Amino acid sequence: MCLALPARIVELKGDNAVVDAMGNRWKAKTTLLPDARLGELVLVHAGFAISFVDEQEAKETWELIAQINEFNETPNKVSG
Amino acid sequence: MKSACKSLGRRINIMEVCGTHTVSIFRSGIRTTLPDGLKLLSGPGCPVCVTDQGYIDTVLQLADRSDCLIATYGDMIRVPGREGSLETKQTGGNVKLVLSSEDALELARSNPDREVVFVAVGFETTAPATAVAVVEAAAEGIENFSVLSSHKLVVPAMRALLSEKNDNIDAFLCPGHVSVIIGYSAFLEIVEDFGRPCVVAGFEPAQIIEGLGEICRQLEAGKAELKSIYKAVVTERGNTTAQEVIAECFEPADGYWRGLGKIPKSTLKLKEKYSRFDALERFGISESPAEELMGCRCGEVLCGLIEPPQCRLFGKACTPREPVGPCMVSSEGACSAWFKYGAERVSKR
Repeated sequence: MCLALPARIVELKGDNAVVDAMGNRWKAKTTLLPDARLGELVLVHAGFAISFVDEQEAKETWELIAQINEFNETPNKVSG
Repeated sequence: MKSACKSLGRRINIMEVCGTHTVSIFRSGIRTTLPDGLKLLSGPGCPVCVTDQGYIDTVLQLADRSDCLIATYGDMIRVPGREGSLETKQTGGNVKLVLSSEDALELARSNPDREVVFVAVGFETTAPATAVAVVEAAAEGIENFSVLSSHKLVVPAMRALLSEKNDNIDAFLCPGHVSVIIGYSAFLEIVEDFGRPCVVAGFEPAQIIEGLGEICRQLEAGKAELKSIYKAVVTERGNTTAQEVIAECFEPADGYWRGLGKIPKSTLKLKEKYSRFDALERFGISESPAEELMGCRCGEVLCGLIEPPQCRLFGKACTPREPVGPCMVSSEGACSAWFKYGAERVSKR
């Protein structure tokens, strides 16, 4: 629940956005980030953009999340 | 880090407050590279894990009502209550998974004959989303929407931990995305009132290691300072728009945390002007903490007092497939992380 995902704003109408990251697009609101503009990279959490993020950080986070997702899908086994 | 352990001549205990830090630390194998004298404690930074049993049972009660539609984030769905979980109740059609509070509001719009109850769990990172939905519901006059708030505040929990539960914590690795909202300056009071170094780091392994290094540098020098190395997204003041909407809807109230008990002014309760959206009021429920589940030691894990393998149920009666407590259910729970990655570490200790 702590985790927020960097994503690029690809559509924006008022505070209703469509964001794009890791091969997916989904709806998000920019209500909490009123200065957000089309094309910008933002951190999205629970459907809301909460801050801006730079390219480098976004890339690193996407890699990390891909690893964490892999971790969560690892079959349950007590081993290293 | 080695130098700090040596010069202090005792074990150093650093608490990683955030559940995602726990997972990242395990996943990247950082634990195996740390010097023996440095111990990482899991903290109460998993909102699902610290949600007390009473709240969970209240949610399940509401899920049983045919006039209710429960809207919840995914990580709450498998948490066991006294009888079943939201997952087991899903088959009744009363439980809907949502990715955001806006989805919950949309459910209310498209199901005017049902009472939509949003299971609002999360720290300051998630609270603004709930607040925005409440403000919108009020503006649109949506009557069939309410919120069961279990939003929790991180800093009061850190204070309670140090004052009452576990003062054997030398420093904190502070949560990254909570800090995006509240600003890293929020942790200044922990530094000033308790003399513990507080370092905000991101989740990337290099950041975590740098954060731990900074903490050790401070400890060795006998200093306690506030520092953020998560420069990409965390600012000193945080997201003030988000803080304003939280303040518009919510006020701090006393609340129950699994493991930490009652902590003053540590949860968010809807203000009087929005109280009609408070599910507790709407359904006439008075919340009280229920007893912890038999044998479950999640509470001690959350305070960093024990490590998951020290719980008798760990890996036996309590596994991710059949969890007893939330620390094993949640993807950010310490027990879940230990189960998947901890066996090696257990044998090394």
